Amino acid sequence: MAAGPMKMRATIAGGNTEVRVLMSHPMTTAQMKEGLHHIRNVVVKQNGKTVIEAEISQAVSRNPVFSFRLKGGAKGDKIEVSWVDNKGESNQIESAVA
Amino acid sequence: MTRRSVLAFLGLLLAKPLSVLAAWNEQAFGAKTAADALQGIGASGAAASRDIVIEAPQIAENGAVVPIEISSNIPGTTALAVVIEKNPFPLTGRFEFKEGAAPFVKLNVKMGETSDVRVIAEAGGRSYVATREIKVTIGGCGG
Repeated sequence: MAAGPMKMRATIAGGNTEVRVLMSHPMTTAQMKEGLHHIRNVVVKQNGKTVIEAEISQAVSRNPVFSFRLKGGAKGDKIEVSWVDNKGESNQIESAVA
Repeated sequence: MTRRSVLAFLGLLLAKPLSVLAAWNEQAFGAKTAADALQGIGASGAAASRDIVIEAPQIAENGAVVPIEISSNIPGTTALAVVIEKNPFPLTGRFEFKEGAAPFVKLNVKMGETSDVRVIAEAGGRSYVATREIKVTIGGCGG
């Protein structure tokens, strides 16, 4: 399975911005027949400013789903999430806070 | 093409490969014991803390998808890391929270077997740790 599209939902809840993002990715370990293939880096930006930087391993489940929380924020803020995997493939998604 | 647009174009060419070269802590992620993983992220001397919250099932039926939600109430928390003691490579992720982000993340992880899960918080140049055991009925690392 190759890496596929992403989905994201960003909403205001309790005065904060809740970001839920899904990444289509096999996240296979070296033990699997497909060989090691996993996302390494995830970056979250709010209105162009980096707010979260993550490094992850092959022990994150297939088709990773992350929830993040940004302090404050407002409807219409631009949220951008991108990833890069161990083979140099990458993807990103951008949407406005609803 | 004006000189400015040429520079902008070159900038675009440069920006793409740089994103591929993002940092990844090979040493810590390659560690095969929790102790080495902690050392790899500079958290060997982490102090136990009750201000790190780990929300996870006590028993995970499917080790391929174990939902965990972690957060820190330690003031000034700048990073959270997840270390699954009995996985082949215990370090599962490290999340850096810059200004504007809450020290909170929810994710799904794979667990090969029942294991202690350690969550490390970094705050003010110090490390803190909380541990929680998650029992796994069917392991999720092979396949």
